[in-house]
This record gives sequence, structure tokens and C-alpha cells, in this order.
Amino acid sequence: MSEPVFPGEAPDGLAIRVRGLRKSFGAKTVLDGVDLDIRRGEFFALLGPSGTGKTTLLRILAGLELPDAGTVLAARRRTTVYQEPRLIPARRVLANVTLGLPSSVREAGRRALAEVGLEGYGRAWPATLSGGEAQRVALARALVRDPEVLLLDEPFAALDALTRLQMQELVAELCARHRPAVVLVTHDVDEAVRLADRVVVLREGALAVDQAIDLPHPRDRDTPGFTAHRRLFLTHLGVTAAAH
Amino acid sequence: MSVSGSAPESTAVSVSGSAPESPAAAREEARGLEAPRFLGARRRPAALSVAVRIAVPLLLLAAWWYGSASGRIPPDVLAAPSAVAGALRELIATGQLTGYLLASGHRAGLGVLAGGGLGLVLGVAAGISAVGEELVDPTMQMLRAVPFLALVPLFISWFGVGETFKIVLIAVAAAIPMYAYTYLGVRNVDRKVVEAARGFGLRGHRLALGVVIPSALPSILMALRISLSVSLTGLIAAEQIGATEGIGYLVTLAQQYFRPDYMVLCILVYAALGLVFDGAIRLLERVAMPWRGHVVAR
Ligand SMILES: Nc1ncnc2c1ncn2[C@@H]1O[C@H](COP(=O)(O)OP(=O)(O)O)[C@@H](O)[C@H]1O
Ligand SMILES: [Mg+2]
Repeated sequence: MSEPVFPGEAPDGLAIRVRGLRKSFGAKTVLDGVDLDIRRGEFFALLGPSGTGKTTLLRILAGLELPDAGTVLAARRRTTVYQEPRLIPARRVLANVTLGLPSSVREAGRRALAEVGLEGYGRAWPATLSGGEAQRVALARALVRDPEVLLLDEPFAALDALTRLQMQELVAELCARHRPAVVLVTHDVDEAVRLADRVVVLREGALAVDQAIDLPHPRDRDTPGFTAHRRLFLTHLGVTAAAH
Repeated sequence: MSVSGSAPESTAVSVSGSAPESPAAAREEARGLEAPRFLGARRRPAALSVAVRIAVPLLLLAAWWYGSASGRIPPDVLAAPSAVAGALRELIATGQLTGYLLASGHRAGLGVLAGGGLGLVLGVAAGISAVGEELVDPTMQMLRAVPFLALVPLFISWFGVGETFKIVLIAVAAAIPMYAYTYLGVRNVDRKVVEAARGFGLRGHRLALGVVIPSALPSILMALRISLSVSLTGLIAAEQIGATEGIGYLVTLAQQYFRPDYMVLCILVYAALGLVFDGAIRLLERVAMPWRGHVVAR
């Protein structure tokens, strides 16, 4: 696999380094001393129940929120896919994909659209897309920027179950091909175990578990070891054995 | 395909991530990383914001004062600040200023209330329902093209030159921008939200009051701003004829008696009213749209 190497970049080094990160909203401390290293090319999943600060951590990595304390370092080329597609309704699909880029990348934009299975959708309007299609456009918009770090904030949460499975497969395939460091924020344990090389559980403002997942791809619930991982994370998320 | 290339080999639990051994190794590992550049808006100190806000008006005032004091601005071109302050004191002492403001405030208030109210109702109706749009919009668009000052002779022949004429003229002037901006605002309300509300059984005035008007409030308050400023134009036109008091009458006075100090005073009074309207609408925005202060895109 040929990885593009940029000057000043350690090819096998880190994509993200976080030390002693703290963030409060008013009196409420959401992140309380987070330490985290993510290697280049690593598919990292951040698990946690709703409201634990996963989005906050991701937004800090994206530069959309300022930390109160601690060091945050990240590779330069970062892009985000949000829970909603966030497409501009007044621009066509291709213009959305190449948003803010020089017009010379139009062809790359078309290729990215083809990669997410939307060949020929360049001239469509965002309003005419289904939820899954729109989210795939958002994915193409991220990919065309050739990110070193791909930040995914529950990008499948608003999709129907079938579309979600297809999207997970697509993301796994694309990330295996382009090898960005991925930070996938999710509350779905199966999704994390299915996709990630490494899963961390965020609880009470700190990382509670840090677990490598060394299972062969593609994975499903019948992959040996899947259930054990799943059970571990569910326990750390506070779900009782009866509910497994 | 394989995604396990750079996966850590152990499955051991380590809370601190893969911490490197030596500081040098740690630096090497983190080569090429940067602190994410903050893309959000930074909170600015309130005092600074106020200072920037008043800087340009203060500068204009200072330039005027300096220009007059140094003789660079001849008094027949622009009255000096002292002369204007004298005229202001005179008007206050005789109680005329209060009387004028009250008289004009009464006319403008009634006019904006009636005209703005009508414009609001028509705008919402046209924005929500197709029939409403078909019934109202063509007429309003035609009226919009008619400068309301062209209605003065007609209104005088209908209502005489008394209060009715003045209030009706201001009402018509205020109704048209109120309609146009309300209509636009209502059309821009998220159709998905309206659809969902219809699904929950909301119709007619409950849909309008509960969903459409609150969502269109930013445009409606914008409409109110414009209606208020148009009402000032209306005052000047209306109080030129058959009036003995009012801030529009003040303009007529300045013109008839050729008083440079009054000419400038009129401008200042209107500017001050603009400031008052702006403050009032800002306050209204804060009260009527409490969700806006907390809006964080996430
Ligand atoms: N701008 C904000 N103002 C106040 N509280 C916030 C803000 N953003 C997030 N929070 C709070 O921080 C907590 C973590 O939020 P978030 O990071 O969105 O959680 P998650 O993504 O894990 O569901 C929540 O309790 C939320 O209410
Ligand atoms: Mg979230």
C-alpha cells in the first residue's frame, strides 16, 4: 500500500496526541483529564452513552471547540462527517463535494462520488437525495480532501438499519484503501467492534477502557471473539448481563 | 481487505493509550502534528464591543465639532454643535420637543400598529396557504411598486388633512414592508417542521401562532425595523400639511424659516429615534427569541 508522505510527517508516528484535556460547560465538567494517542492509519472508535462528551472531544479535535486545559495535537489535514449530512441545499452535489477547493479538483470530486457509489449524481440537488445518499455525499466531501485524520461523529446514527450496514461496509472499505487515522464516535457497541482496530470507552470525563480489537475483517457477530469484546464494552457502558 | 496493519498487538487494557518510553521518542512520534486551529467564534469582552460600536459615531461627532470650531465648516453649510445644542435647549425649555415627540409618536404608533398588523396577517396568510398567496400577493406586489407618497393627494381628498389622513398614510407605508418581509420569512420556515406540525393536527391559527410565526420571528422583527423607519418618512410627508406639531412639522419649520440649527437638529432627532428603535428591537429580539442566545452549531 502506498502512503503519501508529506514533509515533516512521521509516517509511522501519531496522527493525534491528547494530554490532560479538560473541558467544562458552566459548572459541568465534560472532559476531565483525557490522555489519548492515535497512530496514523489507525481506526479508532470512541464509545460512550449519550451525553458523555464524545462529540465535545471530536469537536475539539476538529478545532470547533476550545479546550479549557491540556495539549491537543493533530495531523494537519482533518475532515469531519457529522451525524447529519450538512450539505448546502443551494449547491449541487459536486459543488458540495468540492466545496472550498480549487476547480481543478472537480475530477477528483467525481471520482470520490464514484467511490461512494454515487457516480453521475454530481448535478443532483441535495434535497433530492435519500438520507443514505446524502450521507455518502458527505463522506465523498471528506474523502476528496485526502484526510490524514477522518473525524466521524455518529455518521450512521440517523440511517435505517440496512443502510447503516451498507454504510459501515463502505466506510471500512474506503478507510482500508485510503488509510486515514479514523476517530469514529458512536454509542453502538456492535458498530465499534465491527469497524475499529481499537475501542475506547469514555465514562465520567475520562477514558475507562482502551482495547485493541485484533479480529479479521470483515467481522460480524459470528466472528470468534466478537461477543467477548462486545460483552466487555457493554459492561463498561453499565449495561447489565441480562440485557446483552 | 485488512485494516489490522497498525493495530496494537496486545489486547491488554491500558488507560493511557500507547505511551512512548522517552521524551525524545515521544517528540519523534508526534512530529508533524499541530494544535487544531480554532474555527469557532471567540467570545469578545463586552466593554470592547461597546467601544467599537460607538467609535464611528463619536468620530463623526468629533469631526463635526472640530470642523465648526476651526472654521473649516462655515455655519451656513452646517450649523455648529453649539448652535444646534442651543436650538435643542430652546425646544426643550418651551416643552415643544416633548409635545412634538408625543404627537408624532401617537401618529406613528397607531399607523404602524394598524398597518404593520395588517401586513403581518396578510404576510402569514400568503406564506402559509396557497389560496392566501393567490388572493393577496399580486395586489400587494402591485401596491409595493406604488410609492406611498403618491397616495398623499388621494388620501387628502378622502380624509381631509386631519389626523385620519396622517395615520392612514403611515399605516399604508408600514403595511407594505411588513407584508413583504413576513411573507418571505414564512416561506423560509423549514417546510419539514411545518409538515410535522400539520401531522400533529395543527391547522390555521394554531399552526400560525404555534409554529410559523415563532419560526419566522427573525424576519418579522426585521420587517418591524423597516416599518418603523418607513413610518418616519411617512411622518415628514404627513406633517408637512395641516400640522402644528410633530417632528415632521419640525422639518417644515426649519425649511420655512431657513434655520440651519433646526435643520441639523431634525437630523439628530431622527438619528436618535433610529437608535431608540434599534435598541427596542434588539431588546424585543432577546425577549421574543430566547433560543437565539444559546445557538451553538453542533
Ligand atoms: N455548548 C454547550 N453548552 C452547554 N452544555 C453543553 C454544550 N455542548 C455540550 N454540552 C453538554 O456536554 C455534555 C456532553 O455533550 P456531547 O459531547 O454532545 O455528548 P455526546 O456526544 O457524548 O452525546 C452534554 O451533557 C451536553 O449537554
Ligand atoms: Mg454526540
